[in-house]
Amino acid sequence: MQKLALVFLLLICFSGIKTFAQDGKSLFMQKCASCHNPIADGTGPHLKGVRDNEFYGGDIKKIANWAYNVNSLVNSDPHYIALKKQFGTVMTQFEPSTLSEKDIAAIFDYVEAYGAPTTKGPVEEAPETNQNAVIFGVISLILAIIALILMQVNSNLKKMSDDAEGIHRPEPVPFYRNKVYIAMVAVIFFIVGGYYVTKGAIGLQRQKGMEPKQPIFYSHKVHAGINQISCLYCHGNAWESKSAAIPSVNVCMNCHKNIQEYTKGPKLYDEEGNEVDGTVQIHKLYEYAGFDPKNANAWDPSKAKPIEWIRIHNLPDHVYFNHSQHIRAGKVQCQTCHGEITAMNEVKQFAELSMAWCINCHRQTKVDFNYDDKSGNKFYSIYEKFHNDFKAGKMDSITVKDIGGLECQKCHY
Amino acid sequence: MSAAGGSVNMNKYWQSFGGGDDPENLQKKADEFREELPFEDVDEKVADAKAPRRDFLKYLGFSTAAAALAAGCKIPERKAIPFANKPENIIPGEAKFYATTYVQDGDVVPVLAKVRDGRPIKIEGNDLSVFTNGSTTARAQASVLDLYDMHRNRHPSEKIGGEFKESPTYESLDKKIMEALAGLGGKQIVFLSSTIVSPTTKDIIAKFANLKHVQYDAVSYSGMLQANEVSGFGRKLPSYNFEAAKFIVSLGADFLGTWLSPLENAVGYTKGRKINEKNPEMSKHYQFESHLSTTGASADERFTHRPSETGAVALALLNAIDGSVAAPQIGDAKLKAGIAKVANDLKSNNGKALVVCGSNDMNVQVIVNAINNAIGANGTTIDWSKPVNYRQGIDKDFNALVTEMDAGNVGAIFIYGANPAYDHYDGEMVNGKWVTKFSKALAKVSLSVSFSERWDETAELCNYNLPTHHYLESWGDAEPKAGITSFIQPTIYPLFKTRPYQTSLLKWAGNNTTYDEYFKNYWNTKLGSEDGFNKVLQEGILLATGEAAAGGGSFSAAGVAAAATALAAAKKVSGDEIVLYEKVSIGSGVGATNPWLQELPDAISKACWDNYAMISMSKAKELLDLDLYYNHESEVGAQARDYKYYPQKPVIKITVGNKEVVLPVLVIPGMNSNTIAVAVGYGRSDKLGKTATGVGVNVYPLASFNGTTVNYSNEVKLTDEKRKVKIAQMQIQNTYDGRVEVVRETTLATFKKNPNLIPEYRKEMDDDFAKTTGDFRREATIYPDHAQPGAKWGMTIDMNACYGCGACVVACHAENNVPVVGKGEVLRYHDMHWLRIDRYFVSDPNNVDDLKGVVFQPMLCQHCDNAPCENVCPVSATNHSTEGINQMAYNRCIGTRYCANNCPYKVRRFNWGDYTGADSFPNNQDQWIVGKLDPVVHQMNEDLTRMVLNPDVTVRSRGVMEKCTFCVQRTQAAKLKATGCRLMATQKQPASRLVQAMRSYLELCMIKPAR
Repeated sequence: MQKLALVFLLLICFSGIKTFAQDGKSLFMQKCASCHNPIADGTGPHLKGVRDNEFYGGDIKKIANWAYNVNSLVNSDPHYIALKKQFGTVMTQFEPSTLSEKDIAAIFDYVEAYGAPTTKGPVEEAPETNQNAVIFGVISLILAIIALILMQVNSNLKKMSDDAEGIHRPEPVPFYRNKVYIAMVAVIFFIVGGYYVTKGAIGLQRQKGMEPKQPIFYSHKVHAGINQISCLYCHGNAWESKSAAIPSVNVCMNCHKNIQEYTKGPKLYDEEGNEVDGTVQIHKLYEYAGFDPKNANAWDPSKAKPIEWIRIHNLPDHVYFNHSQHIRAGKVQCQTCHGEITAMNEVKQFAELSMAWCINCHRQTKVDFNYDDKSGNKFYSIYEKFHNDFKAGKMDSITVKDIGGLECQKCHY
Repeated sequence: MSAAGGSVNMNKYWQSFGGGDDPENLQKKADEFREELPFEDVDEKVADAKAPRRDFLKYLGFSTAAAALAAGCKIPERKAIPFANKPENIIPGEAKFYATTYVQDGDVVPVLAKVRDGRPIKIEGNDLSVFTNGSTTARAQASVLDLYDMHRNRHPSEKIGGEFKESPTYESLDKKIMEALAGLGGKQIVFLSSTIVSPTTKDIIAKFANLKHVQYDAVSYSGMLQANEVSGFGRKLPSYNFEAAKFIVSLGADFLGTWLSPLENAVGYTKGRKINEKNPEMSKHYQFESHLSTTGASADERFTHRPSETGAVALALLNAIDGSVAAPQIGDAKLKAGIAKVANDLKSNNGKALVVCGSNDMNVQVIVNAINNAIGANGTTIDWSKPVNYRQGIDKDFNALVTEMDAGNVGAIFIYGANPAYDHYDGEMVNGKWVTKFSKALAKVSLSVSFSERWDETAELCNYNLPTHHYLESWGDAEPKAGITSFIQPTIYPLFKTRPYQTSLLKWAGNNTTYDEYFKNYWNTKLGSEDGFNKVLQEGILLATGEAAAGGGSFSAAGVAAAATALAAAKKVSGDEIVLYEKVSIGSGVGATNPWLQELPDAISKACWDNYAMISMSKAKELLDLDLYYNHESEVGAQARDYKYYPQKPVIKITVGNKEVVLPVLVIPGMNSNTIAVAVGYGRSDKLGKTATGVGVNVYPLASFNGTTVNYSNEVKLTDEKRKVKIAQMQIQNTYDGRVEVVRETTLATFKKNPNLIPEYRKEMDDDFAKTTGDFRREATIYPDHAQPGAKWGMTIDMNACYGCGACVVACHAENNVPVVGKGEVLRYHDMHWLRIDRYFVSDPNNVDDLKGVVFQPMLCQHCDNAPCENVCPVSATNHSTEGINQMAYNRCIGTRYCANNCPYKVRRFNWGDYTGADSFPNNQDQWIVGKLDPVVHQMNEDLTRMVLNPDVTVRSRGVMEKCTFCVQRTQAAKLKATGCRLMATQKQPASRLVQAMRSYLELCMIKPAR
């Protein structure tokens, strides 16, 4: 529990500091990531360093001018003609209404600050508290044993002194027949046993850590981690709808029509440590898609068969959970609930998915409130009272709890 | 019941005869739950057993072991199967809305179908539809459930050796049928249908060489059509503009419930009844009728007469208006005075009045045409330039067809929509089964094809069945009236091996295009382009360019004299009479297979799952010795008490000639004393499925033919059967414990005199309960106030507009997965409607038959700001949200039912049985203690039927309390859409219509014109 709490705290601190960069990140993920990678060339050129290169010289207006006039510049400006030649494709033109100059600036702020993905998450720091707990536990145990020994010594000494003084006392009851001891042990047993039974019972039907063997060894680490594919490229449904949805075969084939072998990445190992051949896995996909790599042009997508994945994240029927509400309105990162997905080969259930876990997050997470700077979600302007309280300094932030995030009918109806 | 008995105050609003003269029974009513939880039975049995302790240990051991076993088991592996190729426009988890049109035997309602993950789950109105103004009907709402009816015909079939066998393909049948058509040897080919409103279908029929098209409506408007022809307007039905009418007079027409185009009528009517606070004006509505209809219940003044007197009333009205006909004898002084008063009002409102008549007698309608002409209705409230296209069947044409068939002149008949084997008047009872003349004649037709979606009574008799699509699976169009066309588009791939009947007709006419293509080509040509077609498809509605002015038609008085003579010569009936009517839910019988419609209580009687004879109080006394005025202590009173408090109702036999019908009786105020009224559409074939089986009795046999048209009334003989059967009624089981203030009503005159009436009343309340602070909300309770920092939801219902149609009740079923419980459970008061429409009578304390008025009040959870249910819940399963909603967490509820006991509006519903199969244990509907649930509950639990469930709403399991959630799933969806720019109407937005309505207080109160 403490561990989780700490993770949240860290995450919240982290997200608090980097609000601006995160906006850039989400914009990048939505608008750019399907073709651009910050540090590696993809369908389009990598973006890190572009803003400050010779051509742009740090001028966001110039970048914006390109984004808004792609179709004309690509045939007139030699710089862009060269890029077109190099990559063979032309970027989609944007409208200022969908991607403002401010947005572009934020995207480049994010891209410039971008470092190679680290696998070290805040998760790894958590065990420290656990160590403390262990130390405390060991100390208490030692103290308890010392106390017991001292008590025994005390009674022995007392007996000896009694013997010495000739006071005849009845034979002391051995400790295992001593009613006080038995009662104490029973009470302790009841409390400790009860604690574990309750804990176990609460944990029934929960599957934290579940990592089933899937029909295809699909590595999120390779896709989302090493290749930096945006989560929303495949799980775009999460942006629109309550369910995140697993991508259909045709989405996989968008890339895997061309990527037919797994050669460049690190070796893959499954849960048991056996090596997995990535190319074989790609060919498993081809079986579902009905795709013959030797005869790619003859592929008929309508013949594809769906892949029967094993569902990992299960919520009871009486729980309403909406992905789009969390990631779009709430701007929660996927990793908050799904863990360090970019480091997982096969996906494992990271969160407990218990009500306490939900509630805890709702208690602590700040909403995208439009405070004085009006940068947040305009929807919250109906919370007049909170605006006033915030101005008056009575509140320093507005959490999900304040807008009713702990109420039954927010999730159960 | 008597005034002396000190029972119910009949001047006030009362809901049932069991109003309060029997303390013991009244106490039962006050106790919300008359029965113990069934578990206590078990305890007793266990305690009485010979070795209770041992058994207890056994149970304990078993349950511990079971729990351990359950705990030890791994959670079953669940699959997540994505699309192989995701269609571009489907977002899993998000609903899409498609404009389409509900068409059923001529009823046309443009709608939007809500499609969630490929399944249509809810019907909404189409706001672009001018004539329905975006509203729907109960039947349109329920139609989505018909799509998932497990008793639909799933494949084409052919009758071989008296039994229907599945045919492998449509092609094989096409071949057989076309061969048969070729070998007819000049005999007629007939297409028998209910009224067709589709322009493309009419086109297809017209192009089918030698095809004779006969339209037949279960409830006919032949009399009107023929009368309009006599009066010079041509054989057509005009549009009625109820909005423009300041004075509306209905002669037995249930124009809000079932007559002609009820939805369109109601939309216009309610516009005329809404009050503008600054200039309060409203239309006035008089009703002359024989039984209490839905429309009569909304009338400002009602006059009752015998069904056979309708002609006399019309004649008397015409006489009083222009004296062009002789006045008939009218015995009833009240009726006579009423006619004089109405005639005066009509005369003084020339051009602003309208008279409609529900009679199917041509002569009566001719007189009504003359009245409308005299009061200047043609061209003002009656529009002849936009004739309506529904109800075009002519009774004589159909009878002629039957004669031809009987004579062997018809070689082939195709039947769509029409079901004369069930609903035609002409026939006889053979071994207790209704056999119409049509059924016998059908056997003489060598090729008979039915396109019926279900095994209805006529489909059973045909050689072939080629089931057509449900409308939600179809392409198509409908032209309800001149100038308005509405498109039908499929919202789901056909569930079964069905085929549009138009495709069959095209094929047999030698045209190999399918109807889908034919329809698209037809409209692409007509609209000029594919873009034009797509636009109409998206909007659902095509309006003729330029609003045509209302047409006055060309009235000819030629037929008036002859009609008057015929009416004056009509036989005077002295005995009892029956009038057959349609229920809003079941209609002519089309709703009988729909569980939602069967469970929708009738607006007047509040009974469901049955038809029954509605009789007057005086007739009950005369016929059954049932005197509801008696004090319950007397001997006769015991019978009255039984009637009032128990569902067993006396049964009578109704005889017309050699036809007999046996039905239970319900005493209804406001009936003509010599008239009984029975709903048609019941007593359907068992082959239609579990819903229709055994529900009610078919009374179409009691209709008669007057030589020109079918008469839906008749002279009858009534006899007491001296036995009783149960009728399931709702609303009667609860009492508000004397809190009659729940209904508020005033007259227009009073309101004009003092527009601040209701604010003043509010202030009075504040002064009473919040003396010190003036803040009623805070001071009237000992509990702390709930703050609403953000949105506060609110809803108003215009009491002036509500006429009790029940569309909202069915919509609530569909939206919130409200279970159907069946008659058996309704009888135990286990009905589950979250939203109900309470009906209150106002009558003369000494003569209940003299009904003063009826008030409808939709009742649902009021989401009280200081809700009494919340603070009695021991587990806080019901509590208050920061948005002002009284919320209910089912998974927290332990079923104490304290909340329902404490609810002043009686809107909480306890889930007694596993109605929706949501229990942890499968197939838990039939229990040895609780009893078996009705077959319909099992039908609702079939996998196919469950497709209609709304995935955004929990399916509740047994043992929890349910109630209105304020459609939280919809407010939630709207909030998500809002994301800043677009807000819903909340009580905090001063400009919203909601707040204006609440501020005006108008919609909290019902206003009626002065009597």
